[in-house]
Amino acid sequence: MNLDLPLIWAGLIAVAVLLYVLLDGFDLGVGILFPFARTPAERDTMMDSIAPVWDGNETWLVLGGGGLFAAFPLAYGIITPAFYLPIILMLLALILRGVAFEFRLHGRKRGKAFWTFAFSAGSLLATISQGFVLGGFIQGVTVADGRFAGQPFDWLTPYTLLVAAGLVAGYALLGGGWLMWKTQDQLHGDARRWTSVAAAATGLLLFAVSVATLYAHPQVAERWGYAEGAFGPRFLPLLPIPLLGAAGLAVVAWGLWKKSHGWPFLGAALVFLSGYAGLAVSFFPSIVPYDIDFRQAANADNALGLMLVGIVILLPAILGYTVWVYWVFRGKVSADAGYH
Amino acid sequence: MDLDAILLARLQFAFTIAFHIIFPSFTIGLASFLAVLEGLWLSTRREVFRNLYLFWVKIFALSFGMGVVSGVVMSYELGANWSEFSKVASPVIGPLLAFEVLTAFFLEASFLGVMLFGWKKVGPRLHFAATVLVAIGTLISAFWILSANSWMQHPTGYQVLADGTLRATDWLEVIFSPTFPSRFFHMALAAFLTTSLVVGAASAWQLLRDRTQPESGMALRMAIGMFAIVAPLQLFAGHLSGEMVRVHQPLKLAAIEAYWTTRPDQPQSLVGLPDRQAGKTHYEVEIPGIGNLIQGVPKDTMLQGLDSFPREDWPVVGLVYWSFRIMVGLGLAMIGLGVWGVILILTKRLESSPWFLRSAVLMGPSGFVAVIAGWIVAEVGRQPWTIYGVLRTADSVSPVGPGQVSASLLAFMVIYAVVFSAGAVYILRLIAKGPAPDQEPAPEGEGRAPGSPLAAAPAEPKEV
Repeated sequence: MNLDLPLIWAGLIAVAVLLYVLLDGFDLGVGILFPFARTPAERDTMMDSIAPVWDGNETWLVLGGGGLFAAFPLAYGIITPAFYLPIILMLLALILRGVAFEFRLHGRKRGKAFWTFAFSAGSLLATISQGFVLGGFIQGVTVADGRFAGQPFDWLTPYTLLVAAGLVAGYALLGGGWLMWKTQDQLHGDARRWTSVAAAATGLLLFAVSVATLYAHPQVAERWGYAEGAFGPRFLPLLPIPLLGAAGLAVVAWGLWKKSHGWPFLGAALVFLSGYAGLAVSFFPSIVPYDIDFRQAANADNALGLMLVGIVILLPAILGYTVWVYWVFRGKVSADAGYH
Repeated sequence: MDLDAILLARLQFAFTIAFHIIFPSFTIGLASFLAVLEGLWLSTRREVFRNLYLFWVKIFALSFGMGVVSGVVMSYELGANWSEFSKVASPVIGPLLAFEVLTAFFLEASFLGVMLFGWKKVGPRLHFAATVLVAIGTLISAFWILSANSWMQHPTGYQVLADGTLRATDWLEVIFSPTFPSRFFHMALAAFLTTSLVVGAASAWQLLRDRTQPESGMALRMAIGMFAIVAPLQLFAGHLSGEMVRVHQPLKLAAIEAYWTTRPDQPQSLVGLPDRQAGKTHYEVEIPGIGNLIQGVPKDTMLQGLDSFPREDWPVVGLVYWSFRIMVGLGLAMIGLGVWGVILILTKRLESSPWFLRSAVLMGPSGFVAVIAGWIVAEVGRQPWTIYGVLRTADSVSPVGPGQVSASLLAFMVIYAVVFSAGAVYILRLIAKGPAPDQEPAPEGEGRAPGSPLAAAPAEPKEV
């Protein structure tokens, strides 16, 4: 049997990162929306809706990092130093918001207020940091001799700021959709309002980021056949991707209009799927744009082979019990969900 | 890379990993303790076990959360600060860390949600299964991380290719490198020991105030039972681990025992101030003639001293020497506490022995100190290598300037100080309150008052 191990692993890592973005995306989004809650009770319910699952969601980030280390060590060894500061910032922000789940319940008056703030600020900061990494990734990483050779602040440009803003809007959209699905009464109504604002912002910023990318990054523009006009031979096969994004936004809008509880979240997920597919198409086969492709960065075949055996057995189990956990906590979140 | 950046990167890694290891070394044991409590409750239906479970699960949730978020840091810091190490080591230990995520982290994270929030959503047996799976997950995690670390201590099952990269040649030799079994055993016992000492201290604290408190009396007995057995076992595990060090890392042994010269019939240094520059130990108290005996080798066996190795390869002798002594000293104190506790239990004087209870409180944090001291012995003792004999620390570091590393180190220190102090306050507050169930009677109907610790618990374990 002759498997293309690097290609398989590129696909697996891509799926892990996508799952991370979708899953932690909605719980970071709930944190971003935290300051807009009307009452402490609403905030408690918002947190209860994600408390049983956030830890599992964040594990996909660990798989993204650990998987990159194990499957594409060269890429891991370039990307992590290249985005040193935003990555550290993200980690610190995730620490603050992660401990807030428990600490908020134990804090007294001032402590609780502090951890409420830490949860929303941490969620926002983690998202912005991820936006910087994503934007910097699209800009391309300076590599010399298999090592990062750029400057510490390469990731901080007007373009990456735009991407970060887009990601904040996108996660807020996911979070709003999640809350519409999981809550009722006044909070549900608030979530509907947040979702509509976030959907408009996401649509606008996604469009702006797409246009800015085509203008600023010629490699991406070429991949999409920008010079050939809107209906050139390169763009046409890729047309389903932006259409999926538009469809996703349409599903959100339709769901909001029809007062649906579940459709807006699904629509938001479609928008992310479209954005993600757009990025994948823009970069494939680069794993560190624009110098290193995934074959160059791949680990030894025997390591990839061993891990493939493991993941073939373990991934279905992981997906199975993850789905089961979501099933256990299905339905609207109730006020006494906590164990405290 | 200049020395400052390396030193800063090492400090940062040491700081973040020392902070991280505090939590797993507590939660590994605590998860198993909770599984035992829940199992006992389900089989005996004695309230005392449920009350203890519902008390310790809160402390577990707090500690586990801190362990998770400080652990996420490690998975990125490895590349951010040690990118060259990552590139060299990944072909061999990459799969080990990937398996840790796949076999342990997802298991723990997913079933933790059920364990903490699923009381009402799943039946008691399924909930018990979730607790057991979390406990198993913590041990699997320790398995893989110790496996990877042991390979770095004494790499086997690999070859160096012409271009300097490494390839695994035998995965079983990589995963079960010679030092791994004893080191895993040693670490797992350390985790159980740490937990039992904390549980013992918290229970003793309650008994000092109210010696009739039934939950604390039970928990203290369970804790004593645990450390009375595990502490002597740990001495044995430590000895096995030490034997591996003697065989595979003679330089580390020389640093641990401050053997300056290679000779048969080494003396056993008890205390002193090792001086790396002078190549001798000041103010040393030593027992001649028993060094070889303690290492378990005949008197005429040559034991290598530091003089057998180039000076630039020496670790910081004093740090390794003293960390080892702190670890062993605390271990002996734990054995003593265990013996004392067992005698008091057998003579039925446990609750009426304030000095024992005070000593148990005092020994509460000793497991953490011993774990960190042990890790310093293992990790500083491996310096100046990251992969012993293969890759030097100086060649492992990322092309990241000292400015970025010092800024992030400072940020880590500030955030960890805030998180750690808050977490410690909340845990100590819970411990001070104790495991006694709330006094007000539970209302009928739904079973428990919403918001109380028992809110999510079913009134009685129901069959499924």
